[in-house]
Amino acid sequence: MEQARLHLMLCGGTGCHASGSKSFHEALDAELKNQGLEKEVRVIETGCNGFCALGPVMLVQPEGIFYQQLRAKDAAELVESHFLKGRPVQRLMFRDPVSKKTIAHMDEIPFFAHQMIWAMRNKGLIDPESIDEYIARDGYFGMAKALTEMSSEEIIEEIKGSGLRGRGGAGFPAGVKWGFAAQAQSDVKYVLCNADEGDPGAFMDRSILEADPHAVLEGMVIAAKAINATQGYIYCRTEYPLAIRRLSLAIEKARDYGLLGEDILGSGFGFDVDIYQGAGAFVCGEETALMRSIEGRRGMPRPRPPFPANKGLWDKPTVLNNVETLANVGQIILNGGQWYASVGTESSKGTKVFAISGDINNIGLVEVPMGISLRKMIFDIGGGIPNKRKFKAVQLGGPSGGCIPEKYLDTPVDYEEIAKVGAIMGSGGVIVMDEKTCMVDMARFFMDFIQEESCGKCTPCREGTRRILEILEKISEGRGEPGDIETLEELSEVIKSSSLCGLGQTAPNPVLSTLTYFRDEYYAHVYEKRCPAKRCVAFLQFTVDTDKCKKCGLCFKACPTGAVQWEKKQPAVIDKEKCIQCMACYDACRFDAIE
Amino acid sequence: MAATEKLQHPDVTPEMIREIDDIIESQKNAPGAVIPVLRMSQDVVGYLPVEVIDYISAGLNIPPSDVYGVATFYSLFSLTPKGRHRIRACLGTACYVKGIKEVMGRISKKFDLEVGGTTEDRRFSLEAVRCLGACGLAPVVVVDQDTYGSISADQVSEILEKYE
Repeated sequence: MEQARLHLMLCGGTGCHASGSKSFHEALDAELKNQGLEKEVRVIETGCNGFCALGPVMLVQPEGIFYQQLRAKDAAELVESHFLKGRPVQRLMFRDPVSKKTIAHMDEIPFFAHQMIWAMRNKGLIDPESIDEYIARDGYFGMAKALTEMSSEEIIEEIKGSGLRGRGGAGFPAGVKWGFAAQAQSDVKYVLCNADEGDPGAFMDRSILEADPHAVLEGMVIAAKAINATQGYIYCRTEYPLAIRRLSLAIEKARDYGLLGEDILGSGFGFDVDIYQGAGAFVCGEETALMRSIEGRRGMPRPRPPFPANKGLWDKPTVLNNVETLANVGQIILNGGQWYASVGTESSKGTKVFAISGDINNIGLVEVPMGISLRKMIFDIGGGIPNKRKFKAVQLGGPSGGCIPEKYLDTPVDYEEIAKVGAIMGSGGVIVMDEKTCMVDMARFFMDFIQEESCGKCTPCREGTRRILEILEKISEGRGEPGDIETLEELSEVIKSSSLCGLGQTAPNPVLSTLTYFRDEYYAHVYEKRCPAKRCVAFLQFTVDTDKCKKCGLCFKACPTGAVQWEKKQPAVIDKEKCIQCMACYDACRFDAIE
Repeated sequence: MAATEKLQHPDVTPEMIREIDDIIESQKNAPGAVIPVLRMSQDVVGYLPVEVIDYISAGLNIPPSDVYGVATFYSLFSLTPKGRHRIRACLGTACYVKGIKEVMGRISKKFDLEVGGTTEDRRFSLEAVRCLGACGLAPVVVVDQDTYGSISADQVSEILEKYE
């Protein structure tokens, strides 16, 4: 490899792709050529950096200067001023939304400074399409150790000792799962990777696959050695084309290098991996459903036992781990279980990746040590709530999770502690909601999701979620009656206790947790016929409160149909005939003047 | 010849049938081939008419009820024709909190297009998809291969004008 003076690590993750990293890349290449710098300065397209809200982002190495929101038109100035004359461009750097200060170096930006990056350790540092760069960062060293120096039992003991638990949601200890599969007697065994990341608001698996695909392959080979499997499958969502492309490339390269296939590293152990593309079904994140899907059938769960460790894919012993879990395995074997267990709480070890989104300043992917408080994650790393609004609740764990209100924000990130306050760790989706979010509407949203994704096999889930959705729709449309809230609770308990799989058993959680913490909002909808957050259209009048109106005209500008009439220094008036109840004026008004 | 049955459908050309034959042939002996074969065939035809499903079932020697069962289970497969341009609106939580509902409402109104439907001139079809994993850009709409982030109801009308 030729030495370059500067490496420009341009994020090529899905988020940055969508916000225009490709056109910026082209412009940058052209400018570098223009100035004759194409040999001195190398542009490398990396996987997801994590700070998606500010995309496209780029890190200049070795200086560590971080640029954000880059547009093609910025390329000329950047190349001439920074890369040619050595004067970094201030206006393209990160500006702290609170202190208003410009921060040049990535590791000084609060979003990055509080993180502990283990599972995503290679993000933005290597070219995900280069196996050499992965190896240069100690990649496949853990695998080499496992294959040449360790027995199956030793690998399992090491993973048990690390305290690594399943990162897909349930949090089952990975080492114990491997132990079961290792004991199962069979000539054929499988290792599967669950990359069917279906929870809305969670995108860490996509990022890991896009940024560091070899880490997942390495984890799979180690798992295979531990249970003595010869074939693996990665079940990846078809909605993630970039992840699939990078994975395919990684598998091909690994085979070329003899790191996959027969007799890996001359150890006599053979293992190969294929990708299986999902076809869009949330329930396929459930392990037995996922296996059915690979078998080419409808992805419906089946009762357990028998557990997949004994009877899984094609009825053979199978280990299924999530992407993030597997991405940790190589480093655990290399550095030892003790090293991994040195961070975290009593029952939850290591780090966890969270996808923070919703009403929050720093949307993106963060990796934090277990035990950190939710408050720290949301306010210190996430940068708090935008538009001077107040925090209302945080939703953890996707559709199976729950909403946590302000008073429990000091709860640490820990599987058991989070469950105690009515949510779950889940795959790590964190949706922050401000005061303008209606909790009844949120519960309705999740129930709509669950109801549609219910596979239909067992009655409580299929019929029960449908009934809950109907009641929630009734309530949010202003037709709620006394008794509805109690029926919701009763239905929820039945679904929870009698459904077949994890999807049904956790389906009522969004309803139960909002009923626990925001019961007054349900009451307001049912008995007072009003929506406190002003989100449910049925309760809105679409009239302007002339006392509160500051005559600013923002609603006038926002209205798509010309229903808002306004002139300078006059309060706005809404013409009901033209109004389509789109809520644009509500969102625009900063003074809460529209009723 | 993969199947004995002749495939006849106005939307399926002889060239497409040849491609489907190749797909079936290449996957025939692979275990669990139904989903990949359906996916690839849908890429060829644009959607999966019942005739194509029957053809695949004969080709793979799997009962039509099983193939139909799989085709209707997964949201990726469509048994009705799609528009020339596919609008996919993300209905993930982050997009919901950020107002995708208003954006979708505008699309529906403007083109008289229901979610899951196609306009009469087959110009657009509108789908609500579960989280695209681009929550940093919420709300997100994908038109064909182009992703539009932080989109408002006004912007979406303008953007869609570009797609004929």
